[in-house]
Amino acid sequence: MDTHPPQAATAGPSPILECRNLSVSYETRAGLVPAVVDFNLTLMPGEAHGLVGESGCGKSTIALAIMRYLGRNGRITGGQVLFDGRDLLTLSPAELRRVRGADIAMIYQEPMASLNPTMRIGRQLAEVLTVHQGLDRASALDRAAAMLERVRLADAGRILAAYPHQLSGGQQQRIVIAMALLANPKVLLLDEPTTALDVTVEAGIVDLIRDISAEFGTAMLYVSHNLGLILETCQRLTVMYSGEAVETGPVDEVFRQVRHPYTRGLFASIPVPSADKASRPLVTIPGQLPSPTNRPRGCYFGPRCTFFEPGRCDDAAVPMAQVSRTHASRCRRIAEIDWDAPPAGAVTREETTIGRTVLQVEGLSKRYHTVRANEDLTFEAREAETLAIVGESGCGKSTFARILMGLDQATSGSISLMGEELARLPVTKRDRVTIRSLQMVFQNPFDTLNPSQTVGFQIARVLRRFGARMSETQIRERVLELLDMVKLPRDFAGRRPRQLSGGQKQRIGIARAFAGDPAVVVADEPVSALDVSVQAAVTELLMDIQRRNGTTLLFISHDLSVVRYLSDRVVVMYLGRIMEQGRTGDIFAPPYHPYTEALLAAVPIADPTITKRKVVISGEMPSPSNPPAGCPFSTRCPYAIEDLCERTVPPAQIFGEGHAIACHLPRETLLAMEPIIIAADSLNEAHTHHA
Amino acid sequence: MTLSSPPVPTTHPERASWRPTIARLPVVVALLALVWCSLVAYVVFPDALGPAHAAALIPSIPAALVLYGLGIVSWRESAIARIGLTLVMFWILMAVAAPYLPLVDPNRPIAPFTPPFTAKAGHFFWLGADMRGRDMLSRTLWGGQRVIVWGITATACAYVVGVAFGLMAGYLRGWWDEILSFIANILLSFPVMVLLILVLNFLGQSGFSIILAVTFSSAPGIMRIVRGLALVESTRDYIQAAQTRGESAPWIMVVEILPNVRGPLIVDACLRLGYTTVAITTLTFLGLGLQPPDPDWGLMIKEAASSALLWKFAYMMIVPSVAVSSLILGFNLMADGLREMSLRD
Ligand SMILES: Nc1ncnc2c1ncn2[C@@H]1O[C@H](COP(=O)(O)OP(=O)(O)O)[C@@H](O)[C@H]1O
Ligand code: SF4
Ligand code: SF4
Ligand SMILES: [Mg+2]
Repeated sequence: MDTHPPQAATAGPSPILECRNLSVSYETRAGLVPAVVDFNLTLMPGEAHGLVGESGCGKSTIALAIMRYLGRNGRITGGQVLFDGRDLLTLSPAELRRVRGADIAMIYQEPMASLNPTMRIGRQLAEVLTVHQGLDRASALDRAAAMLERVRLADAGRILAAYPHQLSGGQQQRIVIAMALLANPKVLLLDEPTTALDVTVEAGIVDLIRDISAEFGTAMLYVSHNLGLILETCQRLTVMYSGEAVETGPVDEVFRQVRHPYTRGLFASIPVPSADKASRPLVTIPGQLPSPTNRPRGCYFGPRCTFFEPGRCDDAAVPMAQVSRTHASRCRRIAEIDWDAPPAGAVTREETTIGRTVLQVEGLSKRYHTVRANEDLTFEAREAETLAIVGESGCGKSTFARILMGLDQATSGSISLMGEELARLPVTKRDRVTIRSLQMVFQNPFDTLNPSQTVGFQIARVLRRFGARMSETQIRERVLELLDMVKLPRDFAGRRPRQLSGGQKQRIGIARAFAGDPAVVVADEPVSALDVSVQAAVTELLMDIQRRNGTTLLFISHDLSVVRYLSDRVVVMYLGRIMEQGRTGDIFAPPYHPYTEALLAAVPIADPTITKRKVVISGEMPSPSNPPAGCPFSTRCPYAIEDLCERTVPPAQIFGEGHAIACHLPRETLLAMEPIIIAADSLNEAHTHHA
Repeated sequence: MTLSSPPVPTTHPERASWRPTIARLPVVVALLALVWCSLVAYVVFPDALGPAHAAALIPSIPAALVLYGLGIVSWRESAIARIGLTLVMFWILMAVAAPYLPLVDPNRPIAPFTPPFTAKAGHFFWLGADMRGRDMLSRTLWGGQRVIVWGITATACAYVVGVAFGLMAGYLRGWWDEILSFIANILLSFPVMVLLILVLNFLGQSGFSIILAVTFSSAPGIMRIVRGLALVESTRDYIQAAQTRGESAPWIMVVEILPNVRGPLIVDACLRLGYTTVAITTLTFLGLGLQPPDPDWGLMIKEAASSALLWKFAYMMIVPSVAVSSLILGFNLMADGLREMSLRD
């Protein structure tokens, strides 16, 4: 079983953590589900190792298995986990507790999982020291306060006295990190520590994590689904697919010389904010992840792989093969594939012709008591155009969508859809034509379909409501056509939502939205809850249908990469207000609004050829019930002009056609801004066309 | 990417297995309706049936057997649910089959105070005879009829009212919610028995009064459950999808929300059938419910109350008590089993 040679005592430093042929299964009603198969990992002291893959591929299971936190139904079915040479799987519960308390610490996606909601932060932090290191309370509190400074939490006194729920998500996660660091662990396991946070907050935490490994020499296993984050934080990485490691090696080498078709597919299917659909079209990975109980024979990636070779890829389990001394890949055809050829299947699209204005929003505001959800929104959307509304959570994107759809009413201002005033017209009072011309795609695939109705019924219902006098056979025929349109098999009409994967549900959501042939479709984060390899396919599908039908698409998103990729124009929102709007090219090139600049700088980019200018912004979005009187961004803006920005609402300065920046900074300062994203090879061509 | 869904393979081997479950629902509803309608006709409107009276229950016997079989097959995962179902279906089967079983007339006095397992006056008394000499076995098997009919009918009525108001309060919110919740809270603040006795005293003693009384006492609780479920469900995207395609409120409540909250409601219904059985039996025992001489468990307990003070005659009370308890236990076990199964999925 043990295929590794024993570490020679003289061969440099020995690994702090090692997984050898680790296999983990879960006992379920369907039988024993192998979640992780034959996993190997070597983590050296001070090294950061990224574990990347889509949800369900076994990343968390590995982290939990190392901690032996698998829960009642989890079983380690083989292999070893060596910490400093000792096998953790053979430790007694008491020894294990000591290792967990002092040597290995774990940080979860949800900070509240590690915090006690009924205990003040100070006490929770101090307890780590009083219990594990026998310090007295006073000095423990001092150390805790000092640690808060190191995780860059200002105002330590107030935070120590606070309860967890009084802090924001970003602050909570910093507390959890501080708590882990207090025990001075040798290994830190981080399971998607920033996934629940906004990009600008995430950027701060990622920065912190990177500095920690440098400063404290802590070895880290960083679990994430985001390749960009791994590039920014780790030295080595392992790519997982369906319970197996498929590629492993130094980050730089793997990013520059991909040697597994899945990794390559991932790179080709994620948009980067430096490229748009014309310069770098997305290539989607066909199909979807196999379920752990139903994996194909041979290579697990086989059914989705363009290089699949029958007889070779599907006969027996594929072993890891060395690419170089440090780089390995689980593929039989490493030597034969032309890794430098551009991925096949990329489709280029010509520009759409944008028509007349269909949607005109003018001075729209919405208040809930003291909360200002939307403040003075003014923009327009034109026929066949994709207009992206970008911003972090709580900036008022969804409120606007609700008002537009008639699920809520504006406090003041107007929305006119082809001349009809909708701002205060609830959907129950709208006429059929208006309702039909305005449809929505929702964010959560698990919520978007009615679980107790068949897919066919739900699509047909839209046709029955909007389709002018269609017969039953016509309706049935049209439902099947719509399934074709979203590239799903026709027999899905008889299925119920629970028999569909997330991506498939989202496709049905798209079919349902487009069934009545609407003029405007609002898509609220339509792919953000999907697996990375599925996101691209759904994004492409949405774009295709929108183009074919000449629909106006309002694409609401927090993901600048996707926005860059598919939108024609962008509206950037912060705290209920529009900060900047303009054509996509103008938004992604200087002059920037300071907030747009910060957002762009915060996006992790999975491309080592790209360099980003660093922009430091501190803090988090203030509460919308108590926004600054002037510029909403003034509490965090690095350029804020004292006595002006926080008092006076900035004017919109016009740069070029329809490009408006709401900022007090002098025009020259804005115009003098440097680009954030610099591609090594396209320095000149990409960023020169601004006005 | 924060949600982990077990991905479903594109080629689906399960197709054969889900179709029958879907097809089964209307069948179950039809069978239940058949059993229930014929029981109601037989027990409540015997005169309206005329000569058909004697045969009214015959189709219900196979229907009940099929229902039992379906339940046993589809609840394979839970032994508890199957035990509960067995108890409940036993009494329902007895209720529909009683006229056709070789039983002596439950109202004919034969040999007073005969203990169980004794032969007297040319008749073998398995469960003895009561103080008037009527066969306890026959009375017990017949005695479930009225409890079952009125129990199920009353619970169903309470459900219709409770679900309707619960959906309105939970989905429409606003002043609908305030008024309905206010009324429900007032009704819920009465002790159940006091409420029942008040209603029965006010309306007089009849089966229909029982229905009203049970509706008054159960509907507020049902409403609260449905309201809570509907509140949660209303926040889900598919409800917004229905709203944004302009569906009417009744459609959204009945077609979009109701089917998705049925799981907890079915569990609650089983429990409530148990409570209602207790309530009806208690009311009858108190002399407020159904009237003699027809056999009824509550009546049997009431009539036996004085005789059973002597240990020798305790069987007169124990036999109907065990009968009613087993029915209630059956409903409760079914509820437990269903809950257990729903949690496992
Ligand atoms: N407690 C559990 N019981 C049964 N199956 C589980 C459990 N936890 C995870 N799994 C399954 O194990 C596989 C790996 O899951 P996980 O380690 O959470 O993946 P990741 O962290 O990469 O998203 C998935 O198929 C998941 O459904
Ligand atoms: S082994 Fe074959 S199917 Fe698997 S990744 Fe390599 S080429 Fe593709
Ligand atoms: S107005 Fe002031 S605070 Fe706001 S973005 Fe411009 S410089 Fe920053
Ligand atoms: Mg995970």
